[in-house]
Amino acid sequence: MNRRLAAWIVNGLLLGLAGVTLFPLLWMVAASLMPAGESGTYPPPLVPGHPTLDNYRELFAHAGMGRYLANSVLLATAATILSLLFNVAAGYAFAKLRFTGRDRLFKGLVGALVVPSQVAMVPLFLLLKQMGLVNSYGGVIVPGMASIFGIFLVRQYALSIPNELLEAARIDGASELRIFRSIVVPLLKPIIVTLGVFTLLGTWNDFMWPLIVLTDRELYTLPVALAGLAREHVQDNELMMAGSVVTTLPVLLVFIALQRYYIEGLTVGSVKG
Amino acid sequence: MSRRAAAWWFVGPALVVIAVFFILPLLAAFALSLTDFDIYALADLSNLRFVGVRNYLQLLETPLFWHALGNTLYFVVVGVPLSIAMSLGTALLLHSRLARCKGLFRTALFAPVVTTLVAVAVIWRYLFNTRYGFLNYVLSQVGIDPVDWLGDPHWAMPAIIIFAVWKNFGYNMIILLAGLQSIPEELYEAARMDGASYLHRFLHVTLPMLSPLLVMVSILTVAGYFQMFAEPYVMTQGGPLQSTVSVLYFMYEEGFKWWSLGSASAVAFVLFLFVFCVTAVPMRIARRGLPG
Amino acid sequence: MGREGEVITELLPEFERLHPGVRVVAQQIPWSAAHEKLLTAFAGDATPDVCQLGNTWIPEFAALKALEPLDQRIAGSSVVDPKDYFGGIWETNSVNGVLQGVPWYVDTRLLFYRRDLLAGAGFAAPPRSWDEWWRALAAVKETVGPDRFAILLPLNEFEPLVALALQQDEPLLRDDGRWGNFRSKGFRRTLRFYVDIFRHGFAPPLTNADISNVWNEFGRGYYSFYVSGPWNIGEFKRRLPPDRQDAWMTAPLPGPTGPGASIAGGSSLVLFRASRNKEAAWQLIEYLSQPAIQQRFHALTGDLPPRRSAWAGGSLADDVYARAFREQLERVKPAPKVPEWERIANEIRTVTERLVHGDLGVDEAAAELDVRADRILEKRRWLLSRGGVD
Repeated sequence: MNRRLAAWIVNGLLLGLAGVTLFPLLWMVAASLMPAGESGTYPPPLVPGHPTLDNYRELFAHAGMGRYLANSVLLATAATILSLLFNVAAGYAFAKLRFTGRDRLFKGLVGALVVPSQVAMVPLFLLLKQMGLVNSYGGVIVPGMASIFGIFLVRQYALSIPNELLEAARIDGASELRIFRSIVVPLLKPIIVTLGVFTLLGTWNDFMWPLIVLTDRELYTLPVALAGLAREHVQDNELMMAGSVVTTLPVLLVFIALQRYYIEGLTVGSVKG
Repeated sequence: MSRRAAAWWFVGPALVVIAVFFILPLLAAFALSLTDFDIYALADLSNLRFVGVRNYLQLLETPLFWHALGNTLYFVVVGVPLSIAMSLGTALLLHSRLARCKGLFRTALFAPVVTTLVAVAVIWRYLFNTRYGFLNYVLSQVGIDPVDWLGDPHWAMPAIIIFAVWKNFGYNMIILLAGLQSIPEELYEAARMDGASYLHRFLHVTLPMLSPLLVMVSILTVAGYFQMFAEPYVMTQGGPLQSTVSVLYFMYEEGFKWWSLGSASAVAFVLFLFVFCVTAVPMRIARRGLPG
Repeated sequence: MGREGEVITELLPEFERLHPGVRVVAQQIPWSAAHEKLLTAFAGDATPDVCQLGNTWIPEFAALKALEPLDQRIAGSSVVDPKDYFGGIWETNSVNGVLQGVPWYVDTRLLFYRRDLLAGAGFAAPPRSWDEWWRALAAVKETVGPDRFAILLPLNEFEPLVALALQQDEPLLRDDGRWGNFRSKGFRRTLRFYVDIFRHGFAPPLTNADISNVWNEFGRGYYSFYVSGPWNIGEFKRRLPPDRQDAWMTAPLPGPTGPGASIAGGSSLVLFRASRNKEAAWQLIEYLSQPAIQQRFHALTGDLPPRRSAWAGGSLADDVYARAFREQLERVKPAPKVPEWERIANEIRTVTERLVHGDLGVDEAAAELDVRADRILEKRRWLLSRGGVD
C-alpha cells in the first residue's frame, strides 16, 4: 500500500479515536459553563452561548463542594503517605531481606490478589464498627494502608538493587534502617513516585467503600457527594457537569504531570511480572 | 539488631494491616455467610442463627440473583472482547512507525482511565439521554431513530458496556503497547524479507509473540469486569426492569440496603468463586508461556 | 429529607433564639438514599439526635430499639396534644402500644387532575368510584389521542398501587404480619385494575426519571390524572404558568364502590436512643409541633399538618387544593406495621413493573409477591414464635 496513504489512515484513525475518547470530557467542561437548562435543548449544544461560572458558584456556595474537595484532598494525601510508608518498607524487605517463609508468604499474597476486595467488605464494615471507625476518616484510610499490589510493585523494582551495595554498607557497620534510608530509598525513587501516583489516584477515585463507610455528609469525598447530587438533581445537568469537572480535573492534572511514572508502573507490574 | 529481626520490622506493619483488614474479614465473610445475620442481629446478637448453607440454597432460588449473574456474564462476554479489541487496535496504531505525536495521542486515549468513574458516569448518563443526548443526535443525523438507551431493558446493558469500554480500554492499550514494543525487530525484518504482507506479519509474528500477554491481560480484564458496580449504581440504579443489576450491585443492596449481611456474604463468596475459577486457574497455565 | 431538609434551615434560627445555648446542625439526605443511610448510621452508631422518619419506617427502627419511647414526654408536654392529631396518623407512631415518634406532617395520595381536559371529555365532576374513574380515563384518552395519556402512574412508585390496595377489605399481610396476603381477591382486583390501565394505553409505562419534567408535562396535558401527594400542590402552583392555574384541581381517591381510603403516610419526628442531647432534642420536637410553626412549615413546603388545629388558620384554611386532602385524611389507613415493610414494598414495585411490562399475568404476580413476602417475613415468624419481636 502507498506509504503516504497508510500514514494518513493511521494518523487519521488516531485523531478520530482520540477525538471520540476526549469528547465526553470536553463536553463536560463546556456544559459546566452553560447556564441552567441550556444543555437540555435540541440539537445538543457543543459550546456554551454565554459562558458562566454560575454552576461553580452554586456548587461551592450551596452544595458544599468546598468541603468535599477538602475531604478528598485530605484523604488521598493521607492514604498516599501511609501507603508509601507501609508498602515501600515491606516491598524492599520481600526483595532484599531474608526472613523465614519469605518466598512462601509472598506467593500467598500474590495469590490473594485474585480475590475481589468487595468480598471482605461486609465483615470489614462490622470490624470497623467495633473499632469505632465507621463514619470517620479513619474508616476510609485504615483498611487501605497496606496493599498487596503496592508491595508487589515495590518488590519487583527493588529486586534490581545491586546486592553488593547493601553488603558493602553492612560491612561498614550501618544498621538496616540506615541502609534503607540512605541507600535504598533514593534508589527506589521512581517506583515511589509511581506507587504514590497510583495510590493518590486510586484513593481519590474510590467510590464503593467510602459510600458504605461514610454517613455524615460532612465527611463525604467528591465521588460519593457527586453520586448523591446526581440522584437528587436529575434535572440540573449543568450543575452536575460542574461537579464532574471539580472531581476529575485534579486527578487529570496530576496524571498529565506524572504520566511517565504512572505508565511505567503499569508496564513494570504486568509485562515484566 | 539482627538482619532477620529488622526484616520483620520492615514487613510487619504491612502484614498486620493486610491480615487484620483483609484476610480476617475474608474468613469472617465465609463464617457470616453461614448465618442469617440481619438487622435484628445487628440490634441484638441473640437474634442470630446459624443456618449452614441455607443462604446459598436460597440464593439459587432467588430469581434476581440469577438475573444478576446473567447480566454480569453478559457484561463480561460482550464487554471484554470489545475492550481488548479496542485496546489492541489502538496499541497497534500507536506502535506503527507511521504515527505522529505519539505521546499526545497516548495521553488522550488513556485519559478516561484516570477519571473518576462517578463523574464520567454522570456525563454519559446525559449523553445517553433519549431526547437531548448527543449519541441519539448523532444517530439521527444518519437516519437512525432515537434509542432509549437507559430506559429500554434491551439497551441499558449495551449502553453500560459502551461506557465501560470507553472508560478502560486505555489501560490494556498501554500494556499491550509495551508488549508490542518488546517484540524483536529482527522477526519483522525477516518476515518482510520473505515478502510477507502486513496482515501476514500481524498473524504470524505479532499475534504469536503477543499472545501470552494478551491472554493474561484478558484474564485480568475479565476479573475486573466481574466487579461491575459503580456504573449501574450511578446510571441506572439497576434498572430498567433490573436489567443492569450486577452481582456486586445485588450484594450491595442485599447487604447495605436491606442489611441481610449473611445473605450478602454468601453472594460475595459466590462471586469470589467465579472470579477465582476464571482467573487463577488459567493464569497458572498462562504464566508458563510468559518469558522471564 | 427532600424539600423538608431544604426548608428546615429557615425554621431553626428562631428556635435557637428561643433556646440560647442550643445549636442545631441540620443534615440533608435525598429520599432515595435515606432509608439505607439511616440504617448504616444505626449500624455505625452514628445516628443523629432528632430525625425525620417516614411513618412506614417507624416499626423497623422500633424493632431495632433505635428510638426513644416518648410516652412520658408526650404526657408531660403542654404542646403535643394527642387528641388534636388525625387518628389514623397518630396510630402509625404507636408500635406495640409504645409511642415512638410525633407526627410532623401528613402525606397521602389522591387525584390531581386537569379539570379542563376532563370537562372536554364530558365529565363535569371528578370520579368518585372505580367505575366512574375507568369511564373518565377512557373518555380522556379518546380525546387526547395516541400521543398523550390519561394518567401518569410512574413505575418506580409503589404508593399509588398500595393506596388502591388499602381500599380493599382484605389486609396486605395476614396473621399479624406473618404471611403475605397478596393472593387475596381484593389485592388481585387492585392489580387487575392497575395493569388494565396500562394495557388500554391510558398510562405510559415510564418511571419518574423518564419523564423529563413532571410538572411541565402536566401543564402540557401529556397526562390528565396524577396520583400524588401534598407537596405537589406547591410545586404545581409554582411551576405551572398563570393561565393554567385554573385548569387543575385535587379530588379524593376513588374507591371500588365510592370514595375510598388512601395511604396514611407522612413523616414523624423521632428521638434516637443513642442521642446524648435528649432534652434539647425534645425541645426541638415540641417547637416544631406547635400549630403556629406547623402553619409556617406548611407555607414553606406545602406539607400538611397532622394537627386539626393547624388546619384552622393561616393559608391552609383558604387553600382550595387542600380541601380534598382534609376530606381524605379522615379516610386513611396505615400500611402494615412490620419492620420488613420497606422491603416488601420494594418487591411490590419490581413485580408490578414486570406485570406492566407483560412478563407476568395478574395471578402469577400475586403468587410471586406472596412467595417473596413470605420469604422476607420468615425471620419475623421465628422471632414471634420465640416470644416477641422486641
